[in-house]
Amino acid sequence: MLATSAATAGATSHEGAGVPSPCAHCGLPVPTALHEDGARAQFCCGGCRAVFEILHDHGLDRYYEFAERRTTPVVRTGRSYDEFDHPDFHELYVQRTADGLSRVHLYLEGVHCASCVWLVERVPLVLPGVVRAELHVGRSQATLEWDAIRTPLSEVARFLESLGYVPHPYRGIRAGEVRRAEDRVALTRIGIAGAIAINVMLPALAMYSGWLSAGIEADFERFFRWTSLILTVPAILGPGRVFFTGAWGALRTRSLHLDVPIAIALAAGFVRGAVNTVTDTGPIYFDGVSVLIFLLLIGRFLQQRSQRAAAAASELLSTVTPNGARMVDEQGVVREIPATALLPGMTMDVRAGETLAADGVVVDGQSTLDLSLLTGEPRPVSVDVGANVYAGTLNVAAPLRVRVVRSGESSRVARLLQQVEQSARRRAPIVLLANRMAGVFVIVTLVLALATYVLWYRDDATRALDHAIALLVVTCPCALAMATPLAVTVAAGRAARRGIFVKGGDALESLSRPGLLFIDKTGTITEGRSSLLQWHGEESLKPLVLSLEQGSTHPLAEGFRQAFAGLETPPVESSTHVPGGGIRGRVLGHDVVIGSPSFVSSAATGATSCREMHGDPAYTPVWIAVDGVVRARAAFGDAIRVDARESLDRLRAQGWRVRMLSGDVSDVARAVGSELGLAVVDCMGEMSPEAKLRQVAEARAADPGRTVVMVGDGVNDAAAMAAATVGIAVHGGAEASLATADVYLTTPGLSVLVELSAGAANTMRVIRRNIAFSLAYNVLGVGLAITGVINPLLGAIMMPMSSLTVVLGSWLGRTFPRVS
Amino acid sequence: MSILYIVLPLALVIVLGAVVAFVWATRQGQFDDLDTPPLRVLHDDEPRRRQ
Repeated sequence: MLATSAATAGATSHEGAGVPSPCAHCGLPVPTALHEDGARAQFCCGGCRAVFEILHDHGLDRYYEFAERRTTPVVRTGRSYDEFDHPDFHELYVQRTADGLSRVHLYLEGVHCASCVWLVERVPLVLPGVVRAELHVGRSQATLEWDAIRTPLSEVARFLESLGYVPHPYRGIRAGEVRRAEDRVALTRIGIAGAIAINVMLPALAMYSGWLSAGIEADFERFFRWTSLILTVPAILGPGRVFFTGAWGALRTRSLHLDVPIAIALAAGFVRGAVNTVTDTGPIYFDGVSVLIFLLLIGRFLQQRSQRAAAAASELLSTVTPNGARMVDEQGVVREIPATALLPGMTMDVRAGETLAADGVVVDGQSTLDLSLLTGEPRPVSVDVGANVYAGTLNVAAPLRVRVVRSGESSRVARLLQQVEQSARRRAPIVLLANRMAGVFVIVTLVLALATYVLWYRDDATRALDHAIALLVVTCPCALAMATPLAVTVAAGRAARRGIFVKGGDALESLSRPGLLFIDKTGTITEGRSSLLQWHGEESLKPLVLSLEQGSTHPLAEGFRQAFAGLETPPVESSTHVPGGGIRGRVLGHDVVIGSPSFVSSAATGATSCREMHGDPAYTPVWIAVDGVVRARAAFGDAIRVDARESLDRLRAQGWRVRMLSGDVSDVARAVGSELGLAVVDCMGEMSPEAKLRQVAEARAADPGRTVVMVGDGVNDAAAMAAATVGIAVHGGAEASLATADVYLTTPGLSVLVELSAGAANTMRVIRRNIAFSLAYNVLGVGLAITGVINPLLGAIMMPMSSLTVVLGSWLGRTFPRVS
Repeated sequence: MSILYIVLPLALVIVLGAVVAFVWATRQGQFDDLDTPPLRVLHDDEPRRRQ
């Protein structure tokens, strides 16, 4: 009876559902197992369903009218956020405003687009105590002002989480302030330089007009020349000073940088122009000099904005470990304390569903832990008294008492994040192509200027000097300095609209040369969560299973809840969790046992006929027994992303060597690898975060010129990502890994990697073309200067022309496909 | 054309005013967040009126 019903039920529940429809909340395809026939809206998970209902209840349905919405399934941590109400927390993060409200800056996970701004800023409509909510998308920073008497902050935090934005206190306020101050200074410089440049052009225009037509009265000419001089002095001393300090710094470290030829050109032009103004002879170069300063500052600003520093380790730590903990004192009384107050030797109490705040040894209790933070694997691991447990891991099944061994900055995850920060800092900056040319550039222009001077010296010493100076000014590598930042800014802007966020131009430059690509398995190649892949059993059993699993925090229970969402849940009469085994209880008068095959077969018969799925390590089998007989079998597994095979094939065709680094057991890693066409040697399993880091570091050391890319999603990949030439975080990854990544993909799937690699190569082509154009202008300028044809007007026309060519070249260059 | 001796300095004084205004706006933080406001203008005020 069992065998026949299993065969038919399996067929109908999984192959009959037809085409997958998109989730009504996040838009991802709904797994066929979750498809509800006849329902108004389909959901990919319980979290998405909950958000949809919250929005609907509060009249916020307009959220779904945005064309661009977040496409991440809603994550729920189930945290109470009680620590957000702790006085210590308020001391650290909460300020009082003038009108008696409280203000806090929160870091929200997963905000990316217009719909997120809309939703977060509607929080005051829903929570009465919240007066103001403002979101800064670029920094994922929400600023909230609320009435602490009416609404506790923990309630606000829980609400934000229920919307799908997991909140953390924003610890990077100071780093953010520094960056903001830098940006303001740069903008002020550009503004001043721009105003001066435009106003020096006015007298210049008058003088050129006079020079081209009948001439200009000597008095007026002198007046214009002095005005130009007086205007250019503040441009050189103020905004222009950065180039001189930059050049001086480069010379002191005996390296050459584009600032050196720029400073030479500016100094030569300004000094000669000033001398010529005072002596009232020869050309002045003030218009060229001030325009150069303006354009160069813009290029520098673009570059500065495209390269953001890695976040500090302490800031990352807050996203993975809880801010509060419960300690047990000698009398056995449990007290809540902030996580920072935990010391080695203390005993902490960890309930089911809570994240550990420190490393330690289990002294009481038996449970299963979700180690995915450290291993990247969603499959839980059993722990018993005496087991070592680590901060940041999630206690899934039952309460534990843990004696703290290492806390705070010395815990394993904290040291891992320190390594992340160190590798990010130690990473030698890649010298941009344009800067690599700076050395040759300086020498060539100086030699040519000297040659010009010598050539013309016998003719006329003063004119010889003017020609040499003209050569220096006209060859100022303005377009060259802008070639890279402009191309990168335009390409990065287009990439962002395709869901690819690139942090620096050097990442694109490295990615344009295919090398070695390490890729994480769980969550990167695969979906990263256990979902119900097979169900062999009667439909009528599903409500019983769902009822029993309703209150469980086990990840597989979540899998059942997602798969059976929407079914009726008959009341549970009794239930007990057996850590490491499963769950048993009474529903509708039946004894139901759900759990691992060994656990279920110890309590039921009829198991011998269903051993066939046992051997495959990629699946986790779950059996269901009713009234002492095994009646259904389910298999959970982590599905490979649909576009993985094709994407990896195309990456290989582009010249990348792809290797897989997985924290999963080697057998599973090899099985997944063989499906993707990877050789056995390229599938490395059982890799700890430290081992991944070692692999990447060794690969880089073996061949420093080769691009080593690490693609991953979790904290366990973060150190390896920071050590790689380019670290890429995929869609849905942990925030800590996003912070260290050079590139972050918000589009699900791996095909964006192919697009990124191709786009990087195209961007590099545009940069090279820009450089070629700017050098061509310089060669032309040198030719004109040596032959003595050059005059300030020609120089003044050529310089912006070359920059304009670079702007157009960057704009028109085909890098990433444009989104209309 | 001697008017130039007055008009040119006058123009520069006006420019100085513009520069001062720009620097003031920058210090006020009006250019700090260029990402969110362009998204925010897309939102209608309609839900606010419900309150």
